[in-house]
Amino acid sequence: MSAHRLLIVALAAVASLSTPARVHAQNRGAPPPAPTAKASASIDLTGNWVAVVNEDWRYRMVTPAKGDYKGVPITSEALKIVNAWDPAADEAAGNQCKSYGAAAIMRVPGRIRVTWQDDNTLGLETDAGMQTRLFRFTPVPAPAGQPTWQGHSAARWERGGRGNPATGSSVGSLTVVTTDMRAGYLRKNGVPYSENAKVTEYFDLAPLPNDGQLLVVTTAVNDPQYLTQTFIVSSHFKKEADGSKWDPTPCSSTW
Amino acid sequence: MGSNTVLVNVVTLRTALVLLVLLWAPVNRTVFAQTELAGSWAARNTEDISRDSYPVDYLGLPLNDEGRTRALSYNESQLAMIERQCEGWPAFYFVQGPFGLKIWSDTEPVKGTAISFTIGAWEDRAPMTIWMDGRPHPSKYAEHTRGGFTTGRWEGDTLVTYTTHMKAGFLRKNGPPSSDEATMTSRFWRHGDILTVLAVVEDPIYLAEPHIITKSFQLTAAPMSPVGPPCVSGFEGRRPGESVPHYVPEKNPFVDELTKLFHLPRAAVVGEPETLYPEYRKKIKATYVRPETCTRDCGATPPR
Repeated sequence: MSAHRLLIVALAAVASLSTPARVHAQNRGAPPPAPTAKASASIDLTGNWVAVVNEDWRYRMVTPAKGDYKGVPITSEALKIVNAWDPAADEAAGNQCKSYGAAAIMRVPGRIRVTWQDDNTLGLETDAGMQTRLFRFTPVPAPAGQPTWQGHSAARWERGGRGNPATGSSVGSLTVVTTDMRAGYLRKNGVPYSENAKVTEYFDLAPLPNDGQLLVVTTAVNDPQYLTQTFIVSSHFKKEADGSKWDPTPCSSTW
Repeated sequence: MGSNTVLVNVVTLRTALVLLVLLWAPVNRTVFAQTELAGSWAARNTEDISRDSYPVDYLGLPLNDEGRTRALSYNESQLAMIERQCEGWPAFYFVQGPFGLKIWSDTEPVKGTAISFTIGAWEDRAPMTIWMDGRPHPSKYAEHTRGGFTTGRWEGDTLVTYTTHMKAGFLRKNGPPSSDEATMTSRFWRHGDILTVLAVVEDPIYLAEPHIITKSFQLTAAPMSPVGPPCVSGFEGRRPGESVPHYVPEKNPFVDELTKLFHLPRAAVVGEPETLYPEYRKKIKATYVRPETCTRDCGATPPR
């Protein structure tokens, strides 16, 4: 290729990258609308997932003894609540979902189902406790009134470059920040978080052998009232082919 | 062709090449995008905290029958044998153990690309060098070491590593075994000051399915040592030539310890794979009785 021909090719390439946006702006007089969260998703979290409890089995698969808060950096104020835990009283007061709130729900053994509620809202349902979380990608103020178990979640995609087509892996992640929650329990046996707690979560995907896929959720809970430092856990879920094992089960204070 | 024509052609060619390089550069940055992993990452130990406190606690492990039998034959007095005191633990221990991670990179001096990352050692854990320069794994007949052989690559901002050539050892310190055919695929995700590490351990000899470990670390300004204190062996009651302490698997005296203390079903305690899934929780619902009150090892006393 001659030098002039190469220059023409280079200039054409530059023009092809820079022209469309200008032309678009000239034609319509306004910048193009921002793509929806659904259209701009860096990873695909939708589908059915099952929790695999390789970690903290004794604190997740069964209800541990009253007063057992090992691994949770609680304050002395929280310790009073831990020692006063009364599951029957919670049940009677209609607070049986206290251990299914946003700060704890990803640690509850069960299945989750992720679907788009609309172009800018990703929904995450749990069969254990029958909870629904809504991850909103557009700024929406928290609704007035009482806080809820799942609180108000603001979501955003994080870009992470390109994946590896050879392994089928994708990169990028979802960050979700949740506030405005009802006070609840980090563990079934009454280890508390307050309504001022803030939960930051990161959702990442990884391939598994035999074409499997794993969802890893890192949960960081900050609560100056009941925690002396950030409480961080990472939970993982295997993708399932369908929802045939979905088994909705109501909240329980005792199990 | 005159000298002016040659000069014009050279300039044109150079201009074209510069334009093409400029065009290629952003794409290239995306392909090789990566994130800074070097630093000291503290373990907060707020998850997977039961680990190895009890001689028979294989909760959350998908052991097959052979793995379970080997695990139940393990006696921790083996660590008193002088030849085993400094044996250390396999590479899984960097994410399974209670320590933080000290990570640094060695770079190629001209291009500045990472030749390797290293996760520093601890007293009973070998350093893990993650080779980033594309070198292949050695032959399967090559020497196996405690830390194994690890290669890495970037997938976007995620560091993906693959470890082979580990000596036979243990998945946890209380005896669940790993074979010299075990491999580990890890992913390092950095989210601000949190580093989440996923390790997927495959072992055709002792595991019924891949064992999945996830653990998060937090960046700290307090520098960690890249090396652990030296291991110094000494007489701890077992003389050279004495038998290797072990149990007959069916007669391990600790097999029901967690069942007595926490009312946990034996199938879960000994790492039956079905116990990892929600269905098992429903299976034991009718028979499980919550222990009344925690009396020991209940958690760190909060500051006043």
